[in-house]
Amino acid sequence: MTIQLNGEAFETSGPLSVSRLLATLDIDPRRVAVEHNRLVVRKAAYDSTLVGAGDEIEVVNFVGGG
Amino acid sequence: MPDTSLTIAGRTFRSRLIVGTGKYASFPVMAEAHAASGAEMVTVAVRRVNLSDRARESLLDYIDTSRYALLPNTAGCYTADDAVRAARLGREAGLSNWVKLEVIGDERTLYPDNEALVEATHVLVKEGFVVLPYTNDDPVVCRKLEDAGAAAVMPLGAPIGSGLGIQNPNNIRIIKEFASVPVIVDAGVGTASDAAVAMELGADGVLMNTAIAGADDPVAMATAMKLAVEAGRLAYVSGRIPRKRYATASSPLEGVVGT
Repeated sequence: MTIQLNGEAFETSGPLSVSRLLATLDIDPRRVAVEHNRLVVRKAAYDSTLVGAGDEIEVVNFVGGG
Repeated sequence: MPDTSLTIAGRTFRSRLIVGTGKYASFPVMAEAHAASGAEMVTVAVRRVNLSDRARESLLDYIDTSRYALLPNTAGCYTADDAVRAARLGREAGLSNWVKLEVIGDERTLYPDNEALVEATHVLVKEGFVVLPYTNDDPVVCRKLEDAGAAAVMPLGAPIGSGLGIQNPNNIRIIKEFASVPVIVDAGVGTASDAAVAMELGADGVLMNTAIAGADDPVAMATAMKLAVEAGRLAYVSGRIPRKRYATASSPLEGVVGT
């Protein structure tokens, strides 16, 4: 299935949790914040939040800025 | 003369200098500059994780969060909605409800969009954020931001990254006179004297990034800024002499040899 990940099309084998998606991407969940269809997903809900076809996911972190 | 510390939303900082984390040649240089600056709060930006290049080090590896409070910004946002979104993501990533709120209205000047800024401040304050808005050096806008619940107001001294120094000192003075929340001069500082001027005008603090990160020697410049902020503050609380058009002799007028 296809999701929109950080603004681009991304293929997954099927519906998966946010935790599983981050693991697939090799991203340390402690260092990022995740938006699912424009709503922030609390870290405690990463396991229970299911990402389905067509969903929009944003994964952000801190970078240098003023 | 005794001075009080900078307190924002009940949190006290020993340093009146807030520094950025952008534009440094390397993370180790940034960490060294932060230490030299004496700052206890650093700004960070919220951006999409680079999914194609995951090998890079993380900014957070070089910020000791037990020593520095993180202040996520909403830089690059041009609407109130986008800024609110970025603030919520920053809160989740940083586990802190503080935000440096930016809503930009123009690409060339990076001047804020006042209406959108006030609107976003309202929304975020209702959601429990400690909102520090980056704003024009306009006393009326600053008052509206304060009325909306901003924990401080952060008027610009000059356009972001311009290094032009405080362009409208009179407005900074008026903003400080009107405000009952801390006034942090944010943006426009080019060198140490600019930071000292901001503090002498009565600002409660100064926030800068490029002036330190872009200097030939960022660590030495960070030290200069630390001293300038301290010197400017000390001069402000010490009560400067009034300006006069003509000279007033410093030495006694009586007993001059030959008279």
